[in-house]
Amino acid sequence: MILQVDNLAKSFDGFIAVAGVSFQIEKGELCSIIGPNGAGKTTVFNIITGHLSMDKGRVVFNGMDISRLPAHKICRLGLGRSFQRINIFSRLTVFENIQAAVLTHRGKSLSFFTSVQPLFQEETEEILVSVGLQDHRDAVSGPLAYGFQKQLELGIALASNPKMLLLDEPTAGMSRQETKGTIELIGKIVREKGLTLLFTEHDMSVVFSISERIMVLHQGQLIASGPPDEVRTNQDVQKIYIGESRCS
Amino acid sequence: MSRQNWILIAILVLMGLIPVTGSRYYVFLLTDILIFGLFALSLNLLLGYTGLVSFGHAAYFGIGCYACGLLIKKAGLSFGIAFAATGFFGAAAALIIGFFCVRLTRIYFALLTLAFSQIVWAIVFKWNSLTGGDTGIYDINFPKFLDSRTKYFYFTLAVVSISVLILRKIVNSPFGRILMTIRDNPERTEFIGINVKLFQLLAFIISGFFSAISGGLFAVFNHSIFPDFCYWPVSAEVLIMTILGGMYSFFGPLVGAAVLLYLRMEVTSYTVYWPFILGTILILLLFFFPGGIVGFIENQIKRWRSSK
Amino acid sequence: MSFDLSFVVLQLLNGLTNAMFIFLIASGLSIIFGVLGVLNFAHGSLYMLGAYATYQCVSLFVDSPGQFWWAVIAASVAVALLGGIIERLLLRRLYHQEELNQLLLTYALVLVLGDLARFIWGVDQLSVSRPAVLRGAVEILGQYFPKYNVFILFLGPCVAFLFWFFMLRTRWGRMVRAAALDRETLGALGVNVDRLFTVVFMIGSWFGALGGALVAPVITIRPGMDVEIIINAFIVVVIGGLGSFWGTFLGALIVGPVYALGILVFPRLSMIFIYVIMVVVLMTRPWGLLGRPLQR
Repeated sequence: MILQVDNLAKSFDGFIAVAGVSFQIEKGELCSIIGPNGAGKTTVFNIITGHLSMDKGRVVFNGMDISRLPAHKICRLGLGRSFQRINIFSRLTVFENIQAAVLTHRGKSLSFFTSVQPLFQEETEEILVSVGLQDHRDAVSGPLAYGFQKQLELGIALASNPKMLLLDEPTAGMSRQETKGTIELIGKIVREKGLTLLFTEHDMSVVFSISERIMVLHQGQLIASGPPDEVRTNQDVQKIYIGESRCS
Repeated sequence: MSRQNWILIAILVLMGLIPVTGSRYYVFLLTDILIFGLFALSLNLLLGYTGLVSFGHAAYFGIGCYACGLLIKKAGLSFGIAFAATGFFGAAAALIIGFFCVRLTRIYFALLTLAFSQIVWAIVFKWNSLTGGDTGIYDINFPKFLDSRTKYFYFTLAVVSISVLILRKIVNSPFGRILMTIRDNPERTEFIGINVKLFQLLAFIISGFFSAISGGLFAVFNHSIFPDFCYWPVSAEVLIMTILGGMYSFFGPLVGAAVLLYLRMEVTSYTVYWPFILGTILILLLFFFPGGIVGFIENQIKRWRSSK
Repeated sequence: MSFDLSFVVLQLLNGLTNAMFIFLIASGLSIIFGVLGVLNFAHGSLYMLGAYATYQCVSLFVDSPGQFWWAVIAASVAVALLGGIIERLLLRRLYHQEELNQLLLTYALVLVLGDLARFIWGVDQLSVSRPAVLRGAVEILGQYFPKYNVFILFLGPCVAFLFWFFMLRTRWGRMVRAAALDRETLGALGVNVDRLFTVVFMIGSWFGALGGALVAPVITIRPGMDVEIIINAFIVVVIGGLGSFWGTFLGALIVGPVYALGILVFPRLSMIFIYVIMVVVLMTRPWGLLGRPLQR
């Protein structure tokens, strides 16, 4: 077991965002969390990665209690994440974006007088290739096309050489075609590197095609968890999704 | 060696030759430019590299002025020792103040730096027995081995060159690169495993150190110091120098200091309404040259190259 | 050291009078920040121009009855119009840019307006005499307290309540409050946001200028009063909460008396006290005593 979440709870100004969520993820598993908007998916992610503090509960990662650790320490333990909206270093080039994460991972971030330029060239290039950005190496990342920026985000997350990846809507805002490509890429990388994956996603075909296990979050509570076929036929889940599509 | 380094050495040599022309005016102006250029460069480590808008950098400049001045005049230390200690006073103040400031972001960070710098100013202003209060401290003379404007110019040139070298090393180091990621996106930087507040604090301390060095240089150059050197408009002025030159290029702030001080020297010999001119320049800058002078030139070069 | 009670009371009243002046000025700053999101350094300059313009108008209206009151109205309205021009011509173009650029633009205005005042009115200290009805003093516990200050002590809360009423009960007031809460939806609701911003900046400018006009009889009008007041206004606004109207009132009520009484006990430290309060508030509640945390 690589990640264990016990009875997680969080409320904002009286609004209960997460109401006692517990789950476990085995090493090497490909899991997803789904649920309607506002179900608390991003909040769960933010709590696990130390971006938000929890009101109640416990998170254990790789045998270590990380419930009260700051985000940067959690990242160093090998829990990488990406964000729903674009979150890159927009004035830096693609190469520099990834190199920054690599050199932090290698413990070089506090050297003041060595030149940064030649550091970890090969390692950075490797990651660039693995996320398919080798042709945009020296482009400033801010003006890049949306799809490339999403790939770059993934690259930054990978550069910390994580044991587990938490991806929050890795294909948000992408076209069908881009979504398909990106998901295949993620699946390939995760399997090659033997990572554990937990992701949220709005596109159900994506979720069911890649996940080994799906967890369904509704109004801050986990209402179902299991392999895709089991979740697909779960009555509670169907109720929520049919209910939602009627509303929107 | 890269072409840029050759250009820098050429500029350095040219500056070193200025006193040979025998112009007291240019020696004076250039010393002034070097001092404030260093001040602006050290501010820019926070502004352009870390993305933190300090509105209270007058504090560290002022602390440098008073540390150097008081150590010489009140503690009776020799110039060498006093000056060497100056930077550490600035760094210590930046450590204490920065510790609190980095907890806040954006406008609140700016306001807190402003509040702290006003505390420094108020202390200097009110502590008559130590600082001389409003009247300041006079007769801070050149040390024996630097007993002329020209010699002091060479000393300033040396100190500023070394400081600039160190700052340039820092911004081109892994540490400097991480500062840039913090500037672009502090949240994401946290998630590549960086303790963002620690890095911001370190940048703050380095910035305070070099600001105080520039203050120490200025105290002796000016021979007298006043509480006004810690007052908030000084913080505004150094911000203007920085963005006038361009906060996204390393030497921009130095260029900004040079242009602003040269213009001030020229304009004030014709009219007392320099603030009006400066305000107008600033407005034009904000509307038409948001990248500052160096940013504008870089863009023109880029355009010229791509049109070839 | 021991103090005569009556002396302490008088000092407290002086502190409260100052609190009312600074409230008038700072409330303008606060409204502008609340709606436009701009921290306006030039607010001190508008205050200074209010004072100079009052001086000018008093000497223009020299033979009319109630010259001081007409001068206050004319001066503050004139400065409010100037504020409108500044917002339309300059500030408007920078809303989409970084906060730093807006800050620097307002600082550029400090430089330009300060020199403009120096060009028009020179560097001498000017003064305005109190209106005839408010000359003299009242006796309080055997001490003399100027009638004009009594007037200000009443005027401050009156203006505060009137404005509060305006904000609560009028369409414009509701729009301003809505704009302070959420700028984006306002445009979607069909409100002319551009015009609203101009009006808000004018109202804010008017408050600053009114403060300058009313303070004219009790201070000397001179260059430099702009940069001195602006930091005090910042302190008050920060303590009360950026963008919070009653917060500004509370901030002024804290700063005025603390400064006035502090000067009795620790004459050298009084000013530092105020800055320390500002630091403590920023550290513990950056959004101020009565403000709301920014949700961004």
